[in-house]
Amino acid sequence: MRRYFAYLKKYRGQCILGPLSKWIEAALELLVPLVMARIIDVGVKNQDYSYILWGGAVMLAMGAVGFGCAVFCQRSASIVSQGFGTDVRNALFRHINTLSYRELDRFGSASLVTRAVNDVNQMQTAVAMIIRLVVRAPFIAVGSVVLCLVIDVQIGLLVAGFSVLVGLVLWLIMHKTVKYYARNQRKLDRLTQITNENLEGARVVRAFSTREKERERFDAAAVDMLDNSLKIGKISAFLNPLTYAIVNFGVALILLWSSFKVNAGTLTDGEIVALINYMTQILNAMIVISNLVSLFTKGYASMNRVSEVFDAQSSLPEGKGACADFTAPAVQLSGVNFSYAGTEQYSLQGIDLTIPRGATVGIIGGTGSGKSTLVNLLPRLYDVSTGSVRVFGNDVRDYSLQDLRFLFGVVPQNASLFSGTVRSNLFWGNDKATDEEFEEALKVACADGFVAEKGGLDQPVAESGKNFSGGQRQRLTIARALVGKPAILILDDSCSALDFATDAKVRAGIAALENVTTIIVSQRASSIRGADEIFVMEDGKIAGRGRHDELYKNCGLYREICDSQERADA
Amino acid sequence: MKQKVRSGKNQLRRGLARRLLTYVRPYKGYVVGAFVFSLLYVGFTLVGPVLYGFAIDSMIGAGQVDFTRVYYTVGGFAACVLLAALSQKLLGNCVNSLCYRLVRDLRRCAFEKLTDVRIRYVDSHAQGDVMARVVNDVDIISDGLLQGVAQLFTGVMTILVTIVVMFVINYIIALVVVVLTPLSLFVASFITKRTFKSFSIQVKVQGRLIAHAKEMIGGQKTVILFNEEEYSCRKFEKIDTELYDIGWRAQYYSALTNPSTRFVNAVITAFVGVLGAVFCTMSLQSGGVLELGALTLSGFTVGMLSVFLSYTNQYTKPFNEITNVVTQLQNAFASAARVFEVIDEEGENKAGENRIAHVRGDICIRDACFSYEEGQRLIEHFNLDVPAGSKVAIVGPTGCGKTTLINLLMRFYALRSGTITVDGVDARTVPLDEYRKMFGMVLQESFLAGETVAWNIAYGKEDATRAEIEAAAKAAYCDFFIRNLPQGYDTVLTSNVNLSQGERQLLCIARVMLADPPMLILDEATSNIDTMTEMRIQKAFRKIMQGRTSFIVAHRLSTILDADVILVMNHGSVVEQGTHAQLMERKGFYYDLYNSQFAK
Repeated sequence: MRRYFAYLKKYRGQCILGPLSKWIEAALELLVPLVMARIIDVGVKNQDYSYILWGGAVMLAMGAVGFGCAVFCQRSASIVSQGFGTDVRNALFRHINTLSYRELDRFGSASLVTRAVNDVNQMQTAVAMIIRLVVRAPFIAVGSVVLCLVIDVQIGLLVAGFSVLVGLVLWLIMHKTVKYYARNQRKLDRLTQITNENLEGARVVRAFSTREKERERFDAAAVDMLDNSLKIGKISAFLNPLTYAIVNFGVALILLWSSFKVNAGTLTDGEIVALINYMTQILNAMIVISNLVSLFTKGYASMNRVSEVFDAQSSLPEGKGACADFTAPAVQLSGVNFSYAGTEQYSLQGIDLTIPRGATVGIIGGTGSGKSTLVNLLPRLYDVSTGSVRVFGNDVRDYSLQDLRFLFGVVPQNASLFSGTVRSNLFWGNDKATDEEFEEALKVACADGFVAEKGGLDQPVAESGKNFSGGQRQRLTIARALVGKPAILILDDSCSALDFATDAKVRAGIAALENVTTIIVSQRASSIRGADEIFVMEDGKIAGRGRHDELYKNCGLYREICDSQERADA
Repeated sequence: MKQKVRSGKNQLRRGLARRLLTYVRPYKGYVVGAFVFSLLYVGFTLVGPVLYGFAIDSMIGAGQVDFTRVYYTVGGFAACVLLAALSQKLLGNCVNSLCYRLVRDLRRCAFEKLTDVRIRYVDSHAQGDVMARVVNDVDIISDGLLQGVAQLFTGVMTILVTIVVMFVINYIIALVVVVLTPLSLFVASFITKRTFKSFSIQVKVQGRLIAHAKEMIGGQKTVILFNEEEYSCRKFEKIDTELYDIGWRAQYYSALTNPSTRFVNAVITAFVGVLGAVFCTMSLQSGGVLELGALTLSGFTVGMLSVFLSYTNQYTKPFNEITNVVTQLQNAFASAARVFEVIDEEGENKAGENRIAHVRGDICIRDACFSYEEGQRLIEHFNLDVPAGSKVAIVGPTGCGKTTLINLLMRFYALRSGTITVDGVDARTVPLDEYRKMFGMVLQESFLAGETVAWNIAYGKEDATRAEIEAAAKAAYCDFFIRNLPQGYDTVLTSNVNLSQGERQLLCIARVMLADPPMLILDEATSNIDTMTEMRIQKAFRKIMQGRTSFIVAHRLSTILDADVILVMNHGSVVEQGTHAQLMERKGFYYDLYNSQFAK
């Protein structure tokens, strides 16, 4: 909680003056019934017109001052809460950008987006409501009871009793419905799921001709949801009538009791009118409070979710800034064990390998054999559990993260492009590159053809590059990596959507580049066949290494993969 | 011009409203109930204060309290309160029952249509958008239309009854109140307008912020790889600052509603209070009647003043609600239009009178022409004869139209001209659902529902026993991994269940095996399947293809070598067809393809 106060500090003035002005408004509002009572008890009784007019003037003035105060408060609240939200959001986004793969995996990107947007919004609303209502509503509720006590102690106590009763009813109904609301969400999720399946699996539903079955499934879920909603409706429909009835039975009791008091001369008509007025004010304030309670519960939950992200720290401490020694081997792994969870269940085990500068190596293996995990260790996306990874003579932990990653050009498995233009995407690889360098990179990646066809470097790229086909996206991401003229190029299964001919052409283009160490991860035996050395991965271990011919002879797994993949694909 | 647009819009709305009414019709009882109870509710809540006004007037001062009158009026007040509360509860029940049932019905209709629409609709519409129509839009309709209308009705009734009662008691004060009313309307509409404007800008900016966050955080791993953290943060902060500028204003304007209402209330209260007090005094002076120059009204009392004060307190509230309801209604109509768009979508033509009792599986395509879009040339004058039991392999570069052929065979899309016949019967004359049941289909993207494993395997065979399900699973090499799942065959396939892509495809094969169709359409997976599973899939494929006419989108050498016919596709059309040997001899496109890719 404390860390968020820091974000409010900037707005200290508004944080104090806002609620203060709201408090003045509430106090003035509370006084209105008293003024009215005086008008009736003094003005009307003494038939004093000027007193009545003065009373009216006072009421108008109080209304106007109150309005001014309220406007000021709303303005402060809006500035503070929006400012708070903006600052927290920015800080959170910046923090997310310091996290490493490990933390990103833990939270998941969808959850991080929700936290940065929805949860911070929820907190922002809570801040606004604290300033706007937390002072006002309880003050009016308590103030009304106090003023009733001032007017008449006994009736004041009666009012207090009824207020507690109203509070109890509000709490009870909220408490009862919470469970059903949670259930409602689950039922809605189920409806969403079935609808989604029928869109995604539209062909399957039609192929099996199971429309009726799907409709029945949906109907059952819909009826289920209906039943639950009706239950909620039944309970929550009690809220307004019950509170209304309690407050007004209170009014009836006040009237009865007052009749004795008036008869005895201890209470006046004006005071009765004021008492009744306060009773209604209490009800309104209580309803606001009950809404606030649920708002704050939500806000608190959101705050915790946001705090979880703030509490997460990158698992990769910065290195001291070593300099690459380009005479040393490009990559050298010795005794590397690695596990994602930090346990002894290693995803990589006992890896030793050396890749000389300028070599082209291939890594092949089944899904989950540890190929991608292995290459992820090189630009230090994760730290090894034991052993060491050296790049150009230094342990990767000794480089500054930025320097290290500038050594690499990585083409990730999922060809992720970003909205903008082709040029803006290529800038990612090197923000000082010229158009000629772009063209060159596109050519090597066999992307020059379709880029030119589509409209050149200024061709817009939609979100995640949706306006390009899978193969085109892959070639663009290859070009992006090439623009940076990396010392080490990693292709992580990044030609899977290319036909064999294009795949071969891209590889040939890359092989022609000078001084580039190339690491190709693939499921396709053909993609790595020409490599200087091939590593065959199985269950996190290197099951074989060597050139294609040797491996085909000696490594059973490699032969099996090659044979099973005599593909006809394109 | 503008007038025309508006009247067109009105007409559209009227049409939508009329159409929505047809959905309300089955629940006429609730509508009548809501109407009656809201009238009762408004009546009783407004009569209540009059009664306690009388009670106050029975307490003139010390020793002058008319207790019998107090008892009667307070008793009457309590009764009114009870009845008002009761009607409000019943009103709530009616509105809720109506709302929730309408929501269910609308969703059901929309969903029913979704199971019926042509594949073209599914292919050409964003899934998220269609989902939003079925889920969110329906809720907006119920919120805006029903709750909105109910609120509007009670609001208008409250205003009307209040005015009438006030006029009966004292028309001069009533007139003052009515004259001051537009003030509150004016303020409300002023605020709504400004709020709406800044809110719609805010929504846009927020949309951009979310889009950026989604894209960047979604691709955070790439951001890290390219050291682009600073760029991403800067851009986020820039949009966020924009959001701040518009956001606080939007918030500020909308937050003005309550204080403004309170202010208008305060003004009206002050006027009513002063005028009422003056009238009370005058009535006291002239002995129970109110003489204003030539006018003589019945006397005004403190009790009546309290009635007026209580009325003015709740009188302005409906005005605010009405302005809200207007926006809600607009949204509801927009949503209704979107939902009806789904419901009105053209369904598949399922009619047909021919049945094929025992399918042999002779397929014959004659002079078929097809394209997804008008004017486009894709499949032109295509002919193919597939004798029963033969195996057809389809090869060609990515995006060459292999899926199109499957779409046509399954009648997901209709031919522009030409015919497809099965055992000599024109496909179009067979009822669609019957026709498709003749084919078993296993696609690359294996679709499984979020139900149990057993449910999914039995998807194509309603009455399958557990033994049959397990037998099919064993035949498709699924049994061993299913048994390793937490609840075996009863494991519900949520996203938490860890099944590989290959295992999912094996389940789809088991599903087809159980359904036992006479013909098959298979799509070999290209990537991301580990070697062991890949081999199992190939074995399972070979097993089910035995003796059935099969079409297989081929990516493997073994598949094309033993195919009876190979269709070589390129740029959306079949460029060559024949057996492997024939095609090699021809030295055409297939020959090149084979030499560059399939050869070792």
